Amino acid sequence: MLELVILALVVLGFIGFLTARRRVVAMAAESGVHSHSLPAYHGTFVALWVGLPALLLALAWLLLQDSVIDYLILAGLPEHITAGLDDARRSLVISEIRSIANGQVFGDPRPELVAAAARLKTWGSLAGWAMVATCAALGLLGLLLTRQRVHPDFRARHGVERILDVLMIACAVVAIVTTLGIVASLLFEAFRFFERIPLGEFLFGLNWEPQIAIRADQVAGHGAFGAVPVFLGTLLVAFIAMTFAVPVGLLAAIYLAQYSGPRLRTTVKPLLEILAGIPTVVYGFFAVLTVAPAMRAFGAAIGLDVAPNSALAAGGVMGIMIIPFISSLSDDALNAVPRSLRDGSYAMGATKAETIRQVLLPAALPGIMGGVLLALSRAIGETMIVVMAAGLIAKMTVNPLDSVTTVTVQIVTLLIGDTEFDNPKTLAAFALGLVLFLTTLGLNVIALRIVQKYREKYD
Amino acid sequence: MASRDISETHDWFSDSARLHIKRRHAADRRLRLYGIGAIGLAIGLLAVLLGSLILSGHSAFVQTMVPLEIYVDPDAVEPDNVGGGNYRKLVRDAFQDLMPGEMSRTKQRAYLDMLSSGAPFMLRDRVVSNPSLIGQTVSISVPFADPIDQFHKGITPRDVPEAQRRVSDLQIGYYDQLLERGLISAPFNWTLFTAADSRFPEMAGLAGALVGSFYALLVCFLISFPVGIAAAIYLEEFARKNRWSDLIEVNINNLAAVPSVVFGLLGLAVFIGFFGLPRSAPLVGGMVLSLMTLPTIIIATRAALKAVPPSIREAAFGIGASRHQVVMHHVLPLAMPGILTGTIIGLAQALGETAPLLLIGMNAFITSAPGGLTDPATALPTQIFIWADSPERGFVARTSAAILVLIGFLIIMNAIAIFLRQKLERKW
Amino acid sequence: MVAGSATGRPAGDANDEPEGTQAMSEVEVLEAVKPESSPATRGGPNLSATTAPRARVVARDVHVYYGETHALKGIDLDIHKNEVVSFIGPSGCGKSTFLRCINRMNDVIEGCRVTGEITLDGQDIYARELDVVQLRARVGMVFQKPNPFPKSIYDNVAYGPRIHGLAGSKDVLDGIVEGSLKRAGLWNEVKDRLKEPGTGLSGGQQQRLCIARAIAVNPEVILMDEPCSALDPIATARIEELIDELRENFTIVIVTHSMQQAARVSQRTAFFHLGNLVEWGETEQIFTMPNDERTQGYITGRFG
Repeated sequence: MLELVILALVVLGFIGFLTARRRVVAMAAESGVHSHSLPAYHGTFVALWVGLPALLLALAWLLLQDSVIDYLILAGLPEHITAGLDDARRSLVISEIRSIANGQVFGDPRPELVAAAARLKTWGSLAGWAMVATCAALGLLGLLLTRQRVHPDFRARHGVERILDVLMIACAVVAIVTTLGIVASLLFEAFRFFERIPLGEFLFGLNWEPQIAIRADQVAGHGAFGAVPVFLGTLLVAFIAMTFAVPVGLLAAIYLAQYSGPRLRTTVKPLLEILAGIPTVVYGFFAVLTVAPAMRAFGAAIGLDVAPNSALAAGGVMGIMIIPFISSLSDDALNAVPRSLRDGSYAMGATKAETIRQVLLPAALPGIMGGVLLALSRAIGETMIVVMAAGLIAKMTVNPLDSVTTVTVQIVTLLIGDTEFDNPKTLAAFALGLVLFLTTLGLNVIALRIVQKYREKYD
Repeated sequence: MASRDISETHDWFSDSARLHIKRRHAADRRLRLYGIGAIGLAIGLLAVLLGSLILSGHSAFVQTMVPLEIYVDPDAVEPDNVGGGNYRKLVRDAFQDLMPGEMSRTKQRAYLDMLSSGAPFMLRDRVVSNPSLIGQTVSISVPFADPIDQFHKGITPRDVPEAQRRVSDLQIGYYDQLLERGLISAPFNWTLFTAADSRFPEMAGLAGALVGSFYALLVCFLISFPVGIAAAIYLEEFARKNRWSDLIEVNINNLAAVPSVVFGLLGLAVFIGFFGLPRSAPLVGGMVLSLMTLPTIIIATRAALKAVPPSIREAAFGIGASRHQVVMHHVLPLAMPGILTGTIIGLAQALGETAPLLLIGMNAFITSAPGGLTDPATALPTQIFIWADSPERGFVARTSAAILVLIGFLIIMNAIAIFLRQKLERKW
Repeated sequence: MVAGSATGRPAGDANDEPEGTQAMSEVEVLEAVKPESSPATRGGPNLSATTAPRARVVARDVHVYYGETHALKGIDLDIHKNEVVSFIGPSGCGKSTFLRCINRMNDVIEGCRVTGEITLDGQDIYARELDVVQLRARVGMVFQKPNPFPKSIYDNVAYGPRIHGLAGSKDVLDGIVEGSLKRAGLWNEVKDRLKEPGTGLSGGQQQRLCIARAIAVNPEVILMDEPCSALDPIATARIEELIDELRENFTIVIVTHSMQQAARVSQRTAFFHLGNLVEWGETEQIFTMPNDERTQGYITGRFG
């Protein structure tokens, strides 16, 4: 249907463009007035007014059509089917009707549903044609209205540019809308979660067993949504990653910034960038395939019991992923230290190591700290490595050889598979998502502020 | 002043001074060594990562096959129901013919189990696409089942006790006979690129995931490229510095650092939950990815626009062009190489993104390539995730192979970006 | 090398012909050539061998290349103990480059190559076995823009003594810091806030802090690269006074753009032009009756 709308609008817009252009040329020739704007601007002006409003209408229509039809179908069902159903059951009924309408019939559907499916089909195609007709009409209306304004005196270029301004602002606002969308959806679902599970329970409870709660009649699931062990596991994995990545990344940056020649720098830097460009699912598989078995074997060799999905393996591999991040931000911070300080220290007879330790590092510390915070935020939000390499069971432990779970692991496992937006298990994922979003946002804001202040200081 | 005397009498060439300076240089060398060590460690780990993937993945690029001569018996396949024929029996009979002589039932089962359970489907597809084959003899190479494939490639060693491997001694005996007669070959595994997912590793391929990723990236590009450029042009060329433009900037910078899984939650709650778009669809995947790619494209575009020297703008303004004309006719074309470079890098990131696609259900088990934007599909990274989770041994090699394919695409995209940057970007 | 460096240079300032010997790394050799070298600079008959203090720094046929650029073309110059020598000349003439050769700060710059010979107390500073770290402790430097480290005032001054291990105890270090700040004329201004960051001081104070930092390791020579160019006239006057006081204990080389400053603070002056050392001699003589046309032109403001 959308294809038809677009075709109709393209045709109409083209007609509008051509007629408007011809008309303004003719009018200008007739009256002997020089047109303010080029004829093409008049054409574009008309074409934009033909296409844009109708296209927006079509998109809105498409987005809302299914919800509206679903609502109407549900409302049209006999009482005895819909009575006493919660939202989740309702959506099941709807999806059953939909699959019947699509010709996939499982078992023996109730006749009411078959009838509803038939209605759904007719309404669907009806809505589609209605959309085409409405949009075409709107396009035509735009054509007729704007054609009236075509005149050599009409400042068509200003009109076109104003439309472009609005479009550009709309695109720029997408960033704000996205943030709002994230905040709104997280808050909305998390709020529904906290209606069932008290906030204090979630933030301070020590027992996390979300799977229990979906069993029949255990919806309340008290005691099963205490997220402290999940937070602890997240921090443990992130801490392991940072203890590995910070020294390695920082030392690499120091070497590249102070010791290495230009040739080594131009070979090593792209290699580190490759490390940064590898998708995280690959790191996850690397952890499972190589690192975890190796650690287990090593642990067995020295008499330690290492869990197959130990926090150490997940955190260590996450550390590899973060090394290039730390090294490039530290490199920037070290290079931002003014040359004069470095020269001042060398002129005092300091060695490179003394200059680095006593002058460069203290001076670059804010920048490095900002980078470390950004990396920490990334470690906390990293998903695939831990989903594949960390555990699923929440444990109150800080033993790196044990298996722990993280916020992101729980979000993914709670939402993978069929999700119904109406049980605490699903909603818990959004509550965890809210905590994750706020934590990483806080870290990012602080880090960006530190880095910015630091840049201003030396600019 | 006591102090002056102390430093004036300092003898730079005394033994203690020499020792002190020696220590200082040793500390310097130490730090240098630590640095080399850190770089060596990072690059070494990169090598281990790639090495282990190649080591484990290279075997998936070939597939152990056996050639069969199958007589498509009209009794087993009716012309008016070609798809419903008993192809299993045809394939098994043909395979049985390779090993003449009587077999006990257990032996026969062990022997027939060596063949892939997907083999009948290959024959069916062949016959369905060409019904005139009914009543004729078809030459077709069919894959062995995964245990035999692993055994042939040497991944399952011969010298472990029978209980610890999935190939029985009986099967090894048959394998050796077939091998001796030259009936076992291992050609390039085209299935990996032509088939969609399957429960049997020897039948599983990436075609579905590649198409799914292509659709998702297409949607991502169609949304993020125009929106990103328009937003960047507005912020860089038109917006006055005020609270609004600051708010947008802060938002963009923060979005760039929001964990990807949160974008998945957004997609699930808004696109699927609120707007009712279909689950597992490349359309939704592309929309989520476009939100993540947007900051990258905006930041790259702004940098490219900034790099166009003001003199170009002034020259155009000087001959009476409007601000829009200056941007559209002069600034944007000059900034295009930089914008394209940033876009390709953003798309490469999107191609490797996994977590948000998991949340919107693009990890479903789907055995055919999607036919459109709203069909259920997987993407390359989610396919890797699915295979990594599969218990069959054969999927380990296929996961690594899929990763190598993914990395291959990333290398190509980045190479194009680097090429664009070096060849087209002008230095002012 | 000698011939190459001599070409294009007027005979008048050529003080290198007599002592073309490149292998004079021994003090004895320096002493031997000294009497010849001074008269050769015809403007400086007063600086006869009898009154001249022993030469601290001796440069012979120094060439500096930055990549393909030939920045210094055969410099021969003696710098004597306890005197202030100023280097003047138009921008890009090589005076700062030569200054940075004396403590080998050019080593830091990629693609920089130095040939020829510079000795400090008879020791070749470009010799393989010489430790550049030690050299820079003996040849201190003060930069154009004050560059105190982002540390406390105390730590700024204590930096050198600490890294070179000059102070065995806290008391000794305190003494060095106090003494250096006093000699730099900064003690009274900062004695109550030694723990505050050095970057919080005014520009002139920062520069005196940098001087205190340099003299805290008691160097033999202090190099100053336009130390007053970033300062206001009052702070400049203060630094100039300080330079005069410091002459008692140190040998000072100062690069300056201001001819008045050169005249005020230095005993001897060297004029650089396009990578050549055109003329050097007693400051008074350089400013009143220069031998070379180019010096005359620069002094009288015809170019610069």
